[in-house]
Amino acid sequence: MRPLRGLVRPRPRSGARATSAALALLLLLPGLLVLAPAASAAQDVRTEQARVPSGSGADAVELDTTLYLPGGNDPAPAVVLAHGFGGSKQSVAADAEDLAARGYVVLTYSARGFGESTGEIGLNDPRYEIADLATLIDLLAERDDVAIDGDGDPRVGVAGGSYGGGVALLGAAYDDRIDAIAPQITWNSLTAALFPSQTGPSDDGTVAATAQTPGAGVYKRLWAGLFFGVGSAPTGGLLDGLVGGDGENGEGAGPAAAGGQALPDVSSLDPAAVEQALTCGRFRADICAAYQTAASTGALTPEIAAVLDRSSPAPVLDRIAAPTLLIQGTQDSLFGLGQADANARGIAANGTPVKVVWYAGGHDGSASDQVTEDLRTQVAGWFDFHLRGEGEDPGTGFEFPAPTGLGTGIGQVQGRTQTVVADTYPGLDGAEPADRREIALTGPTQPVVTPPGGTPGALTTVPGLGALTSALGGTTLEIPGQFAAFDSERLDAAVEVVGAPTVELAVAAPAGTATLFAKLYDVGPGGATTLPAGLVAPLALTGLSADPTRPTPVRVTLPGIVHRFEAGHTMRVVVSSTDQAYALPAESAVYSVALGGGGLTAGSAALAVPEVDGSTQADTGSSRWWVMLAVVVGLGLLGWVAALLWGRRRRRRLSHVEPDGEDVPLRFEGVTKAYKDGFVAVRDLSFEVRRGQVLGLLGPNGAGKTTSLRMLMGLIRPTAGRISVFGHAAGPGAPVLSRLGSFVEGTGLQPHLSGRDNLRLYWAATGRPAEDSHLDEAIEVAGLGAAIDRPVRRYSQGMRQRVAIAQAMLGLPDLLVLDEPTNGLDPPQIHAMREVLRSYAATGRTVIVSSHLLSEIEQTCSHVVVMAKGQKIAQGTVDEIVGTGGAVLVGLADDAETDRAISVLEGLPGVSAGRTDDGLVADLDGYSRAAALQALVAAGIDVDEFTPRRRLEDAFLALVGES
Amino acid sequence: MTSLSEHVQPTGAVAGYRPERTLRLSVELRRQFKRRRTIGVFALMVALPLILIGALQLGASEEASENARINLVDVATSSGLNFTLFVLFATTGFFLVVVYALCFGDSVASEAQWGSLRYTLATPVPRMRLLRQKWLAALVQSVGALLTLATVAVVAGGIAFGFGDIRTPVGVTLGQGEGMLRLAGMLGYLAVHLLVVGALAFWFSTITDAPLAAVGGAVFTMFVFAILDQVEQLGAIRDWFPTAEEFAWIDLLLTPVDSGDMFRGVIQSLVYAALFTALGFRHFARRDVTS
Repeated sequence: MRPLRGLVRPRPRSGARATSAALALLLLLPGLLVLAPAASAAQDVRTEQARVPSGSGADAVELDTTLYLPGGNDPAPAVVLAHGFGGSKQSVAADAEDLAARGYVVLTYSARGFGESTGEIGLNDPRYEIADLATLIDLLAERDDVAIDGDGDPRVGVAGGSYGGGVALLGAAYDDRIDAIAPQITWNSLTAALFPSQTGPSDDGTVAATAQTPGAGVYKRLWAGLFFGVGSAPTGGLLDGLVGGDGENGEGAGPAAAGGQALPDVSSLDPAAVEQALTCGRFRADICAAYQTAASTGALTPEIAAVLDRSSPAPVLDRIAAPTLLIQGTQDSLFGLGQADANARGIAANGTPVKVVWYAGGHDGSASDQVTEDLRTQVAGWFDFHLRGEGEDPGTGFEFPAPTGLGTGIGQVQGRTQTVVADTYPGLDGAEPADRREIALTGPTQPVVTPPGGTPGALTTVPGLGALTSALGGTTLEIPGQFAAFDSERLDAAVEVVGAPTVELAVAAPAGTATLFAKLYDVGPGGATTLPAGLVAPLALTGLSADPTRPTPVRVTLPGIVHRFEAGHTMRVVVSSTDQAYALPAESAVYSVALGGGGLTAGSAALAVPEVDGSTQADTGSSRWWVMLAVVVGLGLLGWVAALLWGRRRRRRLSHVEPDGEDVPLRFEGVTKAYKDGFVAVRDLSFEVRRGQVLGLLGPNGAGKTTSLRMLMGLIRPTAGRISVFGHAAGPGAPVLSRLGSFVEGTGLQPHLSGRDNLRLYWAATGRPAEDSHLDEAIEVAGLGAAIDRPVRRYSQGMRQRVAIAQAMLGLPDLLVLDEPTNGLDPPQIHAMREVLRSYAATGRTVIVSSHLLSEIEQTCSHVVVMAKGQKIAQGTVDEIVGTGGAVLVGLADDAETDRAISVLEGLPGVSAGRTDDGLVADLDGYSRAAALQALVAAGIDVDEFTPRRRLEDAFLALVGES
Repeated sequence: MTSLSEHVQPTGAVAGYRPERTLRLSVELRRQFKRRRTIGVFALMVALPLILIGALQLGASEEASENARINLVDVATSSGLNFTLFVLFATTGFFLVVVYALCFGDSVASEAQWGSLRYTLATPVPRMRLLRQKWLAALVQSVGALLTLATVAVVAGGIAFGFGDIRTPVGVTLGQGEGMLRLAGMLGYLAVHLLVVGALAFWFSTITDAPLAAVGGAVFTMFVFAILDQVEQLGAIRDWFPTAEEFAWIDLLLTPVDSGDMFRGVIQSLVYAALFTALGFRHFARRDVTS
């Protein structure tokens, strides 16, 4: 049923898998929990939609906002939720409802250039987007239902993911009215994020401190393109704006709509403006220009750096005084753990409380539902404490997903992840620096070729998908000749790397510059390689030695990861010259890459891997298992006692015994069985069976015979009336039924067992002593000979029947009930069966036989109850029932004397006689048979035959027909 | 005359008859274990790990080691315990469900089908006692089957792949003793969680006279839930499915063990199992046995 997907619990919901889903992820991820069930939304949350004007002059825009108001009447603190890049206020609606349900006034809005808001994207420019935030906070300050710190200063927090996280950080830096922020998966420096070069001195003590070469970097081509593509798609609305057309036509329309739309008359337009609209979409012109330069040259110019730095929190972190909860993902090739690390350092340096949370997810993989829910709780807890002063102090600690957790990666995080909690984020202001363990690497100097044009290139990461290693089910693609590899020894003990390791390399390049990519592989004992989270550290190196024997030392910060290297695995640092996610130099070259600063002789260096001590948060609580066990045992005991009491009560109820019970083994009193559909199988049936009788239950098919017997056996409950067996009420499970032996409709033998085993097991199931069973006598009754030891499935119908009857007679029951016992038996067997039943009754026991055959009843039974259509028609001895007519068949020696015989007989009082097909028949009508015979003999007539005429057929049909 | 009344108890029962001695568990198990169905199930439980070992041995080419994808099959051959985990993982979703459904669903319905149910009831075995004994016998059979599977997997896997430590796909290792302990926990969890299927099949078994309908109905129901479980739109509703948390035993591979999901799984299973069992008892207590 379940496809085998490795040791992966199918439960965590799948994220996007296909490459095309990358864009969707980019759109949706920053909203963190767009897909999460919104079932928790409280009913009494109200929303207000408004369009808020912001900015002035050419930059004036209208922001599309939604305000979520909680149910209460008291003023509540407010939270502004900012959405991710490419999203709109809708992206955070679920989060907003959740927070509003927790009692916050929540304001969501579409940033300028997104959703239904007007304006151009300024990439969180303090002059535009951040000013918009100030406008919104002004708005909150005016509301009565928002708690106020001072005049024009509401109690407000800001949260958001990615682009929205940037709003939170920059907002807190520029607007000191903000009281707490919770930025998620966002950047510290856009320059470092889009033009990374993780080399240079880094003396910071934090775990994921990532070096960055000033003024240089390797252009993160794929991510930047994706980023820009989202905002630059030309929209119909923009073109409409240019020709002065009405805005409603293309408002918010996507590229598809624009493509299908007839272009307006372009002759009247300024060609430059059209080009700007088509290439830049909703981006501001300066950002658009910066992107185009970067995309075409791949180089970080001062102009680009200026644009990116303006949008980065890095330069203004010292202004942030609002307590900050930094949430960053381990599956993030866009904004790595180093970005949050830098933010944490910068903010904590002001003495501002900072808590750092890493989670299994990020721009490359959506978090599992469980993780997402945990993060929501974290954010709400942060605001509860810092905005409302309620709840537990979340502290300034550090949380990260346990590296022992099952599988992280594969575009989504699978399985349950555990969280490790540490008291502090190591290396922050005043805290101890992170522990770093030195792992020795060895390897010779190796040449690394960079191909012309950068192709073929290594493939490690695809935006939004992350580690291809897992996604494609193969190893990361490394091109032979394009990389140098340095291995550690096999690890004696597992190493859990939490943060960014560093390593000393030495590189020489003929031209003095090199673009390289360093990464840390986990190599299993079998040679299988894993690139944790699919992350690489790009290096843009300049001023290198051209002499391979005297390479320039380079200190490299590898990507920040959370990964456990098992004992027996090796760590492998790979330095390659290409990576398809980045812009590469066009010219080919051969670099030489070695370890450490020692050059050829050393051939070894230390890989410094950060480690964090913390306690794993696991839901281990063993006490509740004991509680559960106790509850289960308690309920079990309770049930047992209840069953005991119920049984006792039931026994008491059954204890009414009729005094004449032993003489009347069976008594039906007004028994009726009506089924739910209205069919009445037995109606008001009453009769008695006395000891030693062989009672026949006679009736056509469907007369209710079997139903009556089933009621007697306790299989069917009568709707009315009482059935007594030996004076005790019969019913399901009545103990008196143990005096009953029965054979009703079907043998009930287990086909795979022999006849003897069937009988033995049946007796064993009764739980009665084996010596009471009279097994041998029963087997004798069955008369199967050696066949008794063959499996029942090979028996003929008659043989099964006899075994079943023998089973009914096991233990010599005082009342034997047989339903159609002679069906399927051959005449000698039928005869033998009659003898058995008669002699059984002769021992003082009672037998009830049902049949639809008159002859059967007549020859076997002493008494008979005739039934038809569920009712008793007649009851009595067989003679009474059969002989009611009193007719006599007279056979004469000489047929010629027939007339004389008739006259003689008719001369007797009340007697009539006549010829029939059978011969002469006299109806005596109470006159003695003996007297009639004497009269004939006295008249000198030779009587050859004088027998009661048994008009059974007639009698039976007459009885049944009456009803 | 007197000879008859002498052997009668005050309750009306014949001497030697005691309700609490009827259909003892040993007798019921003797009856069940003489059946080919039961023997077949156990034979299959022994055979399945052996077949899987054979399949894994066949596929143990270089190709497998090149494939670095995180997959349980890849680490299945690293030790006997690992192999056992693989067997459990492979059988949880389907095979064990069928086994439980078979043992429980067959219990009452097969008696009805043979027609032996009415004779057992007329013995008389009190109805509630009959159900209880049938339920317990089915439990013994299914848990026995589960244990047989695991034991054969551990022993045969150990012989084939070595009695080593557990190595999980992400490379976490667990020592032999610890691994055994965890395995016991997993089996315990599975035994309890699968009770949902069993109890459901048992309930059906009291309704129908066709064992196939009871077994098939329970399996079918479980599959419907398993399929619905794939429908993401259902969201958190799926956490209340009887199939929910069926793979939670994998949490036992974590260090330290996170028992949150398993706790929920156990509670939920017990509640469902109790509910279905109660429905079965209720229905059977009132039912007219017409088979």
